[in-house]
Amino acid sequence: MRYLLSFLLCMMMSFSAFGIGVDEKPLPEPAAEARAQELMKQLRCLVCQNQSIVDSNADLAKDLRVIVRQRIIAGDTDQQVIEFMTSRYGDWVLLKPPFDGATIILWLSPFLLLLIGFVIIYQNQKRNSENLSPDPLSKDEKARLLVLLDEKENV
Amino acid sequence: MIVEIGHYALILACCLSLIQGTFPLYGATKNHGRLMAIASPAAYGQFFFAAIAFGALMYAFITSDFSVANVARNSHTLKPMLYKISAVWGNHEGSILFWTLILSLYGAMVAFFGRKLPKTLHARVLAIQALVGLGFYLFLLLTSNPFARIYPFPMEGNGLNPLLQDPGLAFHPPLLYMGYVGLSVTFSFAVGALIEGRVDAAWARWVRPWTLLAWCFLTAGITLGSWWAYYELGWGGWWFWDPVENASFMPWLIATALLHSAIVVEKRDTLKSWTILLAIIAFSFSLLGTFIVRSGVLTSVHAFATDPERGVFILMFLFIVIGGSLLLFALRADKLQPGGLFAPISRESMLIVNNLLLTVGAVVVLFGTLYPLLRDALTGDKITVGPPFFNLAFGLLMIPLFLVMGLGPSAHWKRTDLKGLSSRLSFVFIASLMAAGISFYMAGGTEIMAAVWLGLGFWLLLSTLFEWANRIKLFKTGTFKRMVRQPRASLGMSLGHLGMAIVVIGIAGTSFWNSEYQGIMAVGDKASIGGYDLTFKGVDGMIGPNYTAVKATFDVSKEGTQLKPLHPQARVYLTPPMPTTEAAILSSFKGDLFVVIGEANSEKYDTWAVRLYYKPLQSWLWAGVALMVLGGLISLSDRRFRMGNVKRGGKTNVA
Repeated sequence: MRYLLSFLLCMMMSFSAFGIGVDEKPLPEPAAEARAQELMKQLRCLVCQNQSIVDSNADLAKDLRVIVRQRIIAGDTDQQVIEFMTSRYGDWVLLKPPFDGATIILWLSPFLLLLIGFVIIYQNQKRNSENLSPDPLSKDEKARLLVLLDEKENV
Repeated sequence: MIVEIGHYALILACCLSLIQGTFPLYGATKNHGRLMAIASPAAYGQFFFAAIAFGALMYAFITSDFSVANVARNSHTLKPMLYKISAVWGNHEGSILFWTLILSLYGAMVAFFGRKLPKTLHARVLAIQALVGLGFYLFLLLTSNPFARIYPFPMEGNGLNPLLQDPGLAFHPPLLYMGYVGLSVTFSFAVGALIEGRVDAAWARWVRPWTLLAWCFLTAGITLGSWWAYYELGWGGWWFWDPVENASFMPWLIATALLHSAIVVEKRDTLKSWTILLAIIAFSFSLLGTFIVRSGVLTSVHAFATDPERGVFILMFLFIVIGGSLLLFALRADKLQPGGLFAPISRESMLIVNNLLLTVGAVVVLFGTLYPLLRDALTGDKITVGPPFFNLAFGLLMIPLFLVMGLGPSAHWKRTDLKGLSSRLSFVFIASLMAAGISFYMAGGTEIMAAVWLGLGFWLLLSTLFEWANRIKLFKTGTFKRMVRQPRASLGMSLGHLGMAIVVIGIAGTSFWNSEYQGIMAVGDKASIGGYDLTFKGVDGMIGPNYTAVKATFDVSKEGTQLKPLHPQARVYLTPPMPTTEAAILSSFKGDLFVVIGEANSEKYDTWAVRLYYKPLQSWLWAGVALMVLGGLISLSDRRFRMGNVKRGGKTNVA
């Protein structure tokens, strides 16, 4: 059993099973660690598909976590940490795309699409109601209607 | 030999689909009875041969015949039988073959259950179904042959990705594919109706059960995948806005919209061209989803170029199916006369708002998924569109959707008096505000969005119950009789909406109030989370059939009461060598305790990385989805929709 266990452990050393390694010390101050965690959730593990560095088991993600903690110890604000990361890795590292000239179409897409949808629906309804509303009653028809209504009241 | 029979059967099925896709179509334009009559037997034959082909591939996997390239790449002798079987659809070629098999199964079902359809429509629907199938057979035979042999063949296979070796994932693709491909039937009906130039209430009644069936499978399939991600990936998350998840979510959104707009066609004879368009879009999304997942284009634009043969075929196929059907729509849509009129405030317009929001939601998800690709292709900039974007953009769209969803069922067709509606529901609205406020306050009141989502959840829950109570005139004599006798479709609707309400409440709980702890624990260390006290008791080694694992033991207690210990595992699979985590989860009505064990320190193996999560109301999410699917199935059993039970023009089969 002991042999098996050490064999397993040796095998496991080459992979870290998930986003916290044993050699990775959380920051001693809980508030600082919480900040670090919050920042890590916004940063992408560059070699994975859509995973944040908190969720990733890749070595690169581990290195990035270490860097985030180092920057916080060095006294960076959240903004400075993010800037540090984007200066090294570009916007690719941000899970939330920045709001700038190039992404404005992405961020506004829900509103634009809704607007387009509403306009189309409005136009359609207008056209349909014009096409489908019955023609107004002619003089004869009105007269007949009055007769009918009279009859009904008299019954 | 058996493998060759499979290959040959695939070629025969391909030929049959060509026959089924051409002669009946021609026969329908000439009103030639015999030509149209080819469609049904061809559909049965096609399914028969596709099943033989699939069976042959499965045989190769079960017997571990590594002379078949596909088996050698994806299987291994040591794998448990379940995963040898699930490996058949766990790879590119096999999954496309599986897709095609289900497509032909649906074709055979339409042939059988649609016997009472008008002959020309029946022939046309089957022909369209076969033409879609033809594309898939050609794709298989020309670019992705699952039966290709290799020589010299290896003595042992490469094995299946260990993450996929899980019962949840063995059944996830079949369910999902039943959903994806089910939308092909709606598509064929839509294209068939466009060719006929006729869409009416009867058409909507024929189409609805197929849409409903596909929707149920899609819902169950997506959730099974999500559940798998939850317990297998070990991050406690259940939805990552991963491109693969998005690919299945988009057709679901459109299918949900379609389900609702088909009601309007059936009851009010309007929104016809829109419903046809939705049917086309829904299937287009499911084709797009299959291919973006399968082509690898998402990992990088360049993956497409490494396998240009498949890439070009996929693009051509998508272009023909989507482009062709949209062109037909553009040419024919004006033939579909709009029917009944309705006021801006009516059940119809609320269903239109539902359709608009769901469709915009699907397009936003598509845009967000493809945006990095487009940007990379156009400018070379690399950018990530991750969960924060989707949560914000998609979440915002859902707020008005859920508000309207509470109103819709209580609104009248044609015209609703807004005052009456709001005065009837104002009580419900206030009650849900209060319920949200109280639970928000009790949970500590930190996240304002949590209150918004909870409020929406309660609003949905209460308004659905209120509408149901009104419908059966609760507390008046004969309540029980009315409860039992109400149409199953309405009962299904109530259950479906109720399920959604519970899902929304679950999402609010698990997204905003979750707590986590991660740290290094030595044997004997204690940690507390979500009201549970845990003690780390140590680890044991263990050997599985094709993996080895470290199995940890945690003693768990709550408020002093000892509970069953939890055993999370960290596994290392042998082929291919890869670590996975098996989380230990303690589920309850109030929330899930989620324990994951990681690596040990490298010198003495006496301290271990541990992650603990507490996920409030997580099980509500799964329960809510189960209720939604149940609602769908009950609605499916409504007599009005029984497949093939409806005649055009008459209401003969309405109970």
